[in-house]
Parts: sequence; C-alpha cells; structure tokens
Amino acid sequence: MKTVKAIHQPGEWYKSRFDAFERSLNGDSKTALHELRREAIGRFQETGFPTNRNEEWKFTNVSPIAQIGFEPVLRYAGEGVTLEQFDPLALPGAHRLVFVNGFFSKPLSSTSALPEGIQCGSLASAVRSSHEGVGKYLGKLVKFDETPFVLLNTAFLLDGAFLFIPDNIVLEEPIQFLFLATGDAPALITPRNLVVIGNRSQATIVESYGFTQSRQYLTNVVTEMYLGEGAVVEHDKLQHESTSAYHVAMMQVNLSGHSTLTSNSIALGGSIARNNITTILDGEGIECTLNGLSLGTGSQLIDNHTTIDHAKPHCESHQLYKAILDGSSRGVFNGKIFVRQDAQKTDAKQTNKTLLLSDDATMDTKPQLEIFADDVKCTHGATIGQLDAEQIFYLRSRGIDESKARDILTFAFASDVVRRVHHEALRDRLEILVHERLSGGRAIGD
Amino acid sequence: MLEIRDLHARIGTTEILNGITLSVNAGEVHAIMGPNGSGKSTLAQVLAGRDTYEVTNGSVLYNGKDLLDMDPEERAREGLFLAFQYPVEIPGVSNTYFLKSALNAIRKHRGLDDLDAVEFLQLVKEKMRLVQLDETLLSRPVNEGFSGGEKKRNEIFHMAVLEPKLAILDETDSGLDIDALRIVADGVNKLRRKDNAVIVVTHYQRLLNYIVPDFVHVMVDGHIAKSGGKELALTLEERGYDWLKEDVEPMSVHA
Repeated sequence: MKTVKAIHQPGEWYKSRFDAFERSLNGDSKTALHELRREAIGRFQETGFPTNRNEEWKFTNVSPIAQIGFEPVLRYAGEGVTLEQFDPLALPGAHRLVFVNGFFSKPLSSTSALPEGIQCGSLASAVRSSHEGVGKYLGKLVKFDETPFVLLNTAFLLDGAFLFIPDNIVLEEPIQFLFLATGDAPALITPRNLVVIGNRSQATIVESYGFTQSRQYLTNVVTEMYLGEGAVVEHDKLQHESTSAYHVAMMQVNLSGHSTLTSNSIALGGSIARNNITTILDGEGIECTLNGLSLGTGSQLIDNHTTIDHAKPHCESHQLYKAILDGSSRGVFNGKIFVRQDAQKTDAKQTNKTLLLSDDATMDTKPQLEIFADDVKCTHGATIGQLDAEQIFYLRSRGIDESKARDILTFAFASDVVRRVHHEALRDRLEILVHERLSGGRAIGD
Repeated sequence: MLEIRDLHARIGTTEILNGITLSVNAGEVHAIMGPNGSGKSTLAQVLAGRDTYEVTNGSVLYNGKDLLDMDPEERAREGLFLAFQYPVEIPGVSNTYFLKSALNAIRKHRGLDDLDAVEFLQLVKEKMRLVQLDETLLSRPVNEGFSGGEKKRNEIFHMAVLEPKLAILDETDSGLDIDALRIVADGVNKLRRKDNAVIVVTHYQRLLNYIVPDFVHVMVDGHIAKSGGKELALTLEERGYDWLKEDVEPMSVHA
C-alpha cells in the first residue's frame, strides 16, 4: 500500500497534476471543455480548499482533505474488478452504469434493456459525440465556482454518468449509477454526472457509492440534473464509502414547471462526508422533496447542505433530514430556503431530527430562510435528543430486553426516511444495510 | 402469588408510597381505589419496574422470587403485565412487530419455540376478536393515531396475547365510554383463570360493576387506608374518599 503524502500547498499540488494531465492530452487540449478545465484549475489555485472562516464550511473542517496529496485518477483501470466485490450494492433488475474510480466500465454496465431514444452511458463518449445535451447543460447548471470542490471536479472533468431521456418516456425500472472505489493509491476520484429528463418523462435514478478496501481516497462528485415540464424523478442516493475515505458531493437540479423531484439520500460512509443539494424551482406547480438519513459512528463527520430556491409561485418543497450519531461522530445540517419576490403561494417545510446515541456525538443544525414574498407558508423545525425513556420502558415492560428495545426504537427512527424509497428491492436492501450499521453486526428482529 | 411488604418508594425527594402491604393469591381479583395523587399508579409502575421511582424500603415477592431485583423485561417474562394508564405511542414500529417480539421473548423464557408467521397471525386474530379491535390497527405503528379507546383496548389485546399470570390494569377505564368499557371488561373476564390474578387500579367504582373484585383496597397518601370486600367500592361511591382521609390522618407518622 502506498503511503499517503502530506502536502502544504494544495493549489500547487493539483496544478502540477493538471499540467502533467494536460501534456498527455496532446491535440485534445484545444477543446471548449478543456478551456473550462483550465479556468477551473486556475481558480482553484487561487481559492485552495475552504476553511472554517467560510460561512458555508463553518462546521465542517476539511483541512484533513487539504493536507493529503491525492492523485487524480485520469484513466480507466477497472480490469479484474467484479460486481460481486461490491455486493450488495448492485440492484437486480436495474439498468446499470458502473464506474471504477470515476471511469465508465462497459463490461460491468448493462443498459441494453433501455427503450430506444434514451442515451445512457459515459459522459466521455457523450462529449466525444458532441451530444446536444452536453453543449446545452454541461457546466451550465451548477455554478462553476459554487465551492472549491466544484472547481477541482471541473479541473479533472473526464467521465461520469450521462443520461438523456427524451419527452414522454416512462421508465419502469430504475437506472443505477454505481461508483466503485478500488486500488491502493490515495486517489482523487472526480465523477461528473449529467442527467436530462424530458418533458413529462418519468424515471428513478439510484446513485450508489461503494469501495473494496478501507483506505483514504476522495470522491469529489458533481451532478447536474435538468427536469423538463411535468417530469417526475425519484433520486435515491446511497453513500457507502469507506469510513477512512472522504466524500464531497454537489448536486444541482433545475426543475421546470409542474415537475416533481423526490431525493432520498442515505449516508453511511466517509471520514468526512459532505453532501450538497441545490434545487432551483424555476416554474409553477413544482413539488420538490428532499429527504436524508445520516448514520455516524466513530469519528465520522456527515454534513448535509441543502438549498431550495423558490423562484416561481405555487410550488411546494418538503425536507426531512434525520441523523443518528454514535461514538464521537458529528453531524451537520444546513438548510437554506429562498423564496423570491415572485414566488407567492410557496409552501415550504423543513424538518431536521437528530438522535444522539452517545454523550460524545454532536450535531450542528442551521435553518436559513430568506423570504422576499409576502403570501407564503414556510415552516422549519429541528430537534436533537436521545431515545425516549417512556418508549424504552413500554417495550421492556412487555418482555423485550433493553438493548433490543433500543435497537427497535433506533431503527424506527431511521426507517422513517428509508420507507420513503419507492422501489421495493432497493428499500429492502437499504433497510438491511441500515439494520447492520445500527446493530453493529447484531441481528435486529427477524 | 404477590406479597408486598411495607413498600416505600419516592421520586426525587417526594415520598409517594409510604408502606404498602398487600397479598394477592392466584385466582383473585383485587381492586385498588383511591383519590388522585394517592399513589395508585405509582404502585403499578413500581411493580412493573419503572426506574424513575426509587424503592427505599420494603420487599415484594412474586411467586417466591424477589420482584424488585428483576429488570422490567424479566418481570414481564415471568408473567407480570401492566396495562398502561397512558399507552405510549411508538412511531415506526408496527403493532404486530412489537407484539411478536414481546411474545417470542416471553416464549423463549418459558422454553418454547418462536411462533411462525401463520400461528402468530391465527393467535392474533383470535385475540383481536376478544376486544373487538379493528384488524387495521395491527399494521399501524403502536398506538400512533389510535383513539383513546383504541389505545386502551390495544393494551387488553396485548394482555390477551401475552397471557400473563398477574395483570395490573392501571386506570384502564379512564376515557372509555360505556360500550368500550363493557368490551374491555368482557375481555378481561374471559381471560380470568384459577391460576392467574388481576389487580385493577381505578378511580371509579363503574368498572367494578363489570370486573367484580374479590377484594377492594383504598389507598390514601401512599398507603392502604382500608381493605374490604366488593361492597367497599359501593360505600366509596356513596361517601367519596374524604372520610378515609380524616380517619387516617392522626395515624400517619411524620418522621
């Protein structure tokens, strides 16, 4: 196993990696995409990684990430990797795109059962074939300098998932993007995903992250998603990275009128895991639901940042973020809601609930509501607490032992989020994973 | 079956039980009555093992064993059951799952195998009829969104499934209309056997028209001020509790 290299100047470190990468490109370095990369690394050199002085990173100190010299992964190296290594992440019956350290693996993927007209494959090949979706949306939805991590992702933007669904297509089976981290080097993995859902089309997208060895690597993923008029999308994310690894994700979704987005995000892994979701409700009659569950153990830090931007009238947003924190783990929830002046009759609800299982676990929660319209309904609430003594006693008084009573109540707290996943096979798997994590390997229930 | 001797308990520095002595034998029904704040519910909770109360003196033998030395779950597995005055809501845990976990824990303690899904369902359906509980309440989270009457009937339903040796019903009648009261009482009566006993904690005599007690005890200020037969309940209905308080006050010891 390679030793992890400590660095002091991340800007210079990644610039020198970028220069070597650029030299390997030869003629390809003249493209518009490469111009974007070059601009990104230039900006990243100026900004470096964020510090706690930045309000957006107040509770999440990323200096452990900044001090490691991660090696950007620049090409596919998935030979010898099998799906069994990542059991039970691969979802049976799903259309599947598999990425090894951020690069598309054709042999592990299966998309042949998809209806005609749907483009589903690697972003690299969509770029090569100059797909219309790429020109129109890539790098156009998420703000280029939203965070330094977006800059770093863009600097090494090479591959990721590309999904383009034309108008009026209803997909029954989910499409899974499966990201596998493998190998010894402290890798910088930078998948870039682009999803475009046509008017009135419907799909379920499952985004899963797994690993083979417990080691330090950084997954720095950016996902851009566009929903056409009346589109209906469920997005389910399972972040099951190594607890030694780092996971920083930025997803932005732009929604058109009368579309519906439900995102359920379950975070189990990561030494530091930061999950940003920004949704722009850019039409009337949109329904946007964001749910999250974080399970922290050991010294993990799991951070969820959401932004819901109500730009137009008559939209609804619902958020339920829950965390269960054990050991000396830490949780962060920051939920921003903007209601623009034009966005009358907005109905926005945000709930954050945390269960602390140990005295050393901590939670920082911060709702941020900025409301510029006067005829709106916005509510938010946060609770942080322990298991309810009355409930524990009630279960014990019927013969259930104390540790099982605690397990049952803890699992019930978590299942409130998991049960919102519609796809049954996925929901069952998530329940098992959550069970396993919460019971530390002991069996709960039947 | 149950031998309570000079039981004292407090919460914080407030003494609530001031020397309870009571014997309950198999096959008997005892009613514990008394005004609000007399310690009836505390006695029920202490017997079930609620640790918010600290037992400062006295002993409780249950089938020859030291009850106070057992965890709440051990007491339940040994056949003690408390029907809660305020049944607790447990979001996210279905009534069936809860009951199955409880029943199998108790069966395991008795050296019996777990019931399989079919046997369990059969048992549950039979017992639900006993308290006329709607089957949809099985798959719903425990007590969540149940009406007051449904919660109380659900307690008796749990009791019917778990088949306790000693059942303590803590104000099971409160909040029930007359029809629900009759259903609950019928359920309890059908579960009465020679080898089990019931302690009915109640504020009013009403329930005792349906569950007829062998003994009635009146609690005042944390101890039993008077015991008698079922006719004592009728006297209380007529005269209230005040005459007992006056009766008792000169005797109470303030150390």
